[in-house]
Amino acid sequence: MSNLPASNNVTSKLQVRDLNFYYGKFHALKNIQLDVASHRVTAFIGPSGCGKSTLLRAFNRMYELYPGQHATGEIILDGENILSPRTDLFRLRARVGMVFQKPTPFPMSIYENIAFGVRLYEKLGKSAMDERVESALQQAALWGEVKDKLRQSGMSLSGGQQQRLCIARAIAVSPEVVLLDEPASALDPISTLKIEELIYELKKNYTLVIVTHNMQQAARVSDYTAFMYLGELVEFGNTNQIFTNPSKKQTEDYITGRYG
Amino acid sequence: MEPIHTHISRQFNAELEDIRTRVLQMGGLVEEQIGRAISALVQGDTTMADAVATEDYKVNRMEVNIDEECSQIIARRQPAAGDLRLVVAVIKTITDLERIGDEAEKIARMATRLATEERPKNNYMEIQALGNHVRLMVHDALDAFARLDIEAAIRIAREDERVDSEYEGVMRQMITYMMEDPRTISRTLNVVWAARALERIGDHACNICEYIIYLVKGKDVRHTSLEQIEKEILGRS
Repeated sequence: MSNLPASNNVTSKLQVRDLNFYYGKFHALKNIQLDVASHRVTAFIGPSGCGKSTLLRAFNRMYELYPGQHATGEIILDGENILSPRTDLFRLRARVGMVFQKPTPFPMSIYENIAFGVRLYEKLGKSAMDERVESALQQAALWGEVKDKLRQSGMSLSGGQQQRLCIARAIAVSPEVVLLDEPASALDPISTLKIEELIYELKKNYTLVIVTHNMQQAARVSDYTAFMYLGELVEFGNTNQIFTNPSKKQTEDYITGRYG
Repeated sequence: MEPIHTHISRQFNAELEDIRTRVLQMGGLVEEQIGRAISALVQGDTTMADAVATEDYKVNRMEVNIDEECSQIIARRQPAAGDLRLVVAVIKTITDLERIGDEAEKIARMATRLATEERPKNNYMEIQALGNHVRLMVHDALDAFARLDIEAAIRIAREDERVDSEYEGVMRQMITYMMEDPRTISRTLNVVWAARALERIGDHACNICEYIIYLVKGKDVRHTSLEQIEKEILGRS
């Protein structure tokens, strides 16, 4: 189960080995083994509380922001265990970016929303920064809509635009992995489709991991799907197989809307 | 496959149950059509043959209606996994049932032509025998569909080999008749067409069995030898 389903030309970007996670005494992830394929989209699905967001947040050690949470085991990013105490969290979060459910633009201009993050990691001259901002907005499929109003507040954009701004901000620092936690669940159907289209484009340059409650969305955007239940990884496989012929009954029950 | 009643959405349950029931109803009608077409031919009953031809529209209408309901389920429910396979299997099954209906109509047409001709001494016994054989196959295939019985599905598919050799036997016999007495050629050809239609019905029943295996196991076994299917599905070598 830990290995990627047989497929050509796929290498692992992240390897999760014997991962256990605790919120204080609560055992939230149990012995997770999973590989995230490079330049592919991996989706985590499962009912609320199954641990999918917890697993996602472990990939850039987001949990370190909260006391009493800890992980054991290994998460190997390109050969390096990121759970090691020696890991530079600041650098890790540049390599592994994240986008949340609710768009979280900073209360500053569209331009500054992107430049702000870049400045934390790099010193760029004005023209280099302009280029970086444009490139990030281009990749996030937002450039055409905002190029004439870069000085306007990020908060003035629509929900779908704000979310694409957040994606632009995440990719502006050239991450290797982008984590998406319910990126479209607060958006209308058209904005949702734009985000999904964007995810498809982004996998050329990045490795993506998405958590979603919308199963059709997981089926549409992902190459691999992991079904989690009560802190365990129940089934992991090619998305096509999971949605047409899952091998575990629990997976079948969940994706067809039956009682588990 | 899980029983459908465990679905959270009761309306969705009802819809899936409904297409399943309607496939079986359509199958029942098709089975009757085969039976009547054979009787019409064997007994030279033109009234019954006409009835088969006029009833075919009912089979066609059922196909269109079930197809429509399947499209609606796909659009509204986005079925996945076993539910998706049920909808796909239903769409395919009704296509074969409709074709079986057409073959029955063909046999009825041959029955009308043959009714005006002199009857052979054996009273079309070979058509009766072949006909009973394929009608039973269709009946069993529908039964296996209702019970999601893959062992039965494989057994029925195996039966098609026997139908084929029985058909070959009928063909040899008909060729002999025609050689012995060329005056019977036009009549015998009609018997040949009827036998051919029956053999095709066997093939369609066989297709339905393949959809049952797909529905239950998620494996597409079309264009796969029976030996291979038995090995993969039942784990026998």
